[in-house]
Amino acid sequence: MSEVLAENPVLSYLRQDRLPHIWCPGCGIGTTVNCFARALKESGLDMNKVVVVSGIGCTGRVAGYMNLDSFHTTHGRPIPFATGLKLANPELKVVVYSGDGDLSAIGGNHFVHAARRNMDIMVVCVTNFTYGMTGGQVAPTTPIGATQTTMPYGNFENPFNLPFLADACGAVYVARWTVFHVRQLARAMKEGLAKKGFVFIEALAPCPTLYSRRNKLGDGVDQLKYYKEKSAIKNGADTKEAALSFQGDIIVGKFVDRERPTWLDAMNRHYSNVFQGKYRPYGQPYGVSNAKD
Amino acid sequence: MSDSEPAKKGKGAVFVQAEICKGCSYCIEFCPTHSLEFSQEFNSKGYHYPVLAKPEACSGCDLCGLYCPDFAIFGVRIKEPVKKP
Repeated sequence: MSEVLAENPVLSYLRQDRLPHIWCPGCGIGTTVNCFARALKESGLDMNKVVVVSGIGCTGRVAGYMNLDSFHTTHGRPIPFATGLKLANPELKVVVYSGDGDLSAIGGNHFVHAARRNMDIMVVCVTNFTYGMTGGQVAPTTPIGATQTTMPYGNFENPFNLPFLADACGAVYVARWTVFHVRQLARAMKEGLAKKGFVFIEALAPCPTLYSRRNKLGDGVDQLKYYKEKSAIKNGADTKEAALSFQGDIIVGKFVDRERPTWLDAMNRHYSNVFQGKYRPYGQPYGVSNAKD
Repeated sequence: MSDSEPAKKGKGAVFVQAEICKGCSYCIEFCPTHSLEFSQEFNSKGYHYPVLAKPEACSGCDLCGLYCPDFAIFGVRIKEPVKKP
């Protein structure tokens, strides 16, 4: 057997001194980070120009583990922070990496408006159907019938269908994958990193400690088996039909991939029309220089 | 390629960093060639970590590395044996 160099391909994208991470055994967030690191590796982007912004929660810890410029914002505010970052320095590729509660409940309004404006950021939402860090409260994505600490007799609130919400608000790229679909998730993240505009990728992940345990669904690996069994890949499916039910069928795939002018492009075009030559367009994304002017 | 060509033995290997493994069994469950299983030993946190039980079956596809939430395992393909210097 020939000698091979033992170097994990993703370790250079992580702050190795902080490993092992705090996520529970069987938690899917680590797998999404693994996919993200591989997507970064394949994207060919300059790692000095990629920024990860996270909110609060289990998934909010991602910012602390990526070996990139990163910021751990207040609860629900990763998108406003990322918007500011992107507008202040349009050369950056800004990735918001947060959980479903952080993005769709506490930061729900920011999410809606960033998608409406087509702000040039990529949002990775790790959906585990609960608030893991604070003890398993009902989240806006908790399916009807699931038991949580604040819904001990089962949830009766209608959950969000996040791909539908993002699609309706105008996101240019909407995809949903589960932690079982690692290769597809990594490919979607790679496509999202290359895409200009508001990119929304939902990654369904098991929470074995709170969601699965409260609902007697077994371990993390049992949830992955459920994803494997019940998910159907439907690329280009109508996001309206992608709603989730408790342990029911899951529609995964790349739902939306379209072109719309980003907020910066729309602003530059509008003011160029209004002010003609007096207006100097602001910012060029991804390191394209203004050498022509 | 014809089917008669025999499968090459031992095309891959895995590297396990046992100390950061949390024993979630993702790699063991989803290994396409079922070549991993739990160790008999514990790591210092008390988890059983994966070991390559069937080295001849491993293809080095690195799917275990992609599934691992703890960045504790990865697979590599072994190139054709090179001549020893």
